[in-house]
Amino acid sequence: MSAPNSPATRSMRTPLGRVRYLGASHSGTSDFWLQRITAVASVLLILPVVVVVMMLLGRNQAGAAQILGSPFVAIILLLFIIAMVWHMKIGMQVVIEDYVHGEKVKLMAIMANNFFSFAVALASIYAILKLSSGV
Amino acid sequence: MTARIERPLSPHLQAYRFTLTMAMSIIHRITGIALYFGTLLLVWWLIAASSGPGAYSYVQAFTSSFIGRLIVLGYTWALLHHLLSGIRHFIWDLGYGFKPNERETLTWVALIGGILLTVLLWIAAYAIGGGR
Repeated sequence: MSAPNSPATRSMRTPLGRVRYLGASHSGTSDFWLQRITAVASVLLILPVVVVVMMLLGRNQAGAAQILGSPFVAIILLLFIIAMVWHMKIGMQVVIEDYVHGEKVKLMAIMANNFFSFAVALASIYAILKLSSGV
Repeated sequence: MTARIERPLSPHLQAYRFTLTMAMSIIHRITGIALYFGTLLLVWWLIAASSGPGAYSYVQAFTSSFIGRLIVLGYTWALLHHLLSGIRHFIWDLGYGFKPNERETLTWVALIGGILLTVLLWIAAYAIGGGR
């Protein structure tokens, strides 16, 4: 431990802040880590997803709905959509934070990004669940 | 409102020599942004499939049109390029491939691999009967 007034301890960071180590964003490095988790998930899921898309080529709606509604295909697609949308939400936030410098515009853009990503995810999930339940 | 502190900034893009890895970094970001908006296509397709034959025929009319096919081709390439370029980033995250020749090789593999996989996938798609 260094002395109370040494340069190492004379910091603006509060003791609690130092313990949590979350920094100015209040979320620490969680986005960085989640971006890698969702990327690995997408890499693992891309092959089955491509196979599913290939299976659907040239089919009419009834044929496509039947394949999309089967449990295995539906689960693969649900996992892919969750991983991919989460990944793109974080990615777009990084882009916004890099290029949008006005604080208010930046916050609005981040909010729009959240709305868009959530809507994409929910709409896709709803459609897949509807196909799965056959109504 | 506190006054903005004028801190020294790092030089921007024009200060650096153009390199392959730099171009790929930009392409990685652009393909990411393209895929972001491309998800609207995926949503439209899934909603149409769950809505019925009428809605689905609009998607099929779009994907069999020239412009629609061009957009889906672009989406395929963006996805595969972003995927391979991303795997390159994983290799760097793990601490490998930082030597000049290594990072150039990784970058060429991702660049050519993305185009090659796109072509192969589309040949397979047409062979299966997606061209109808």
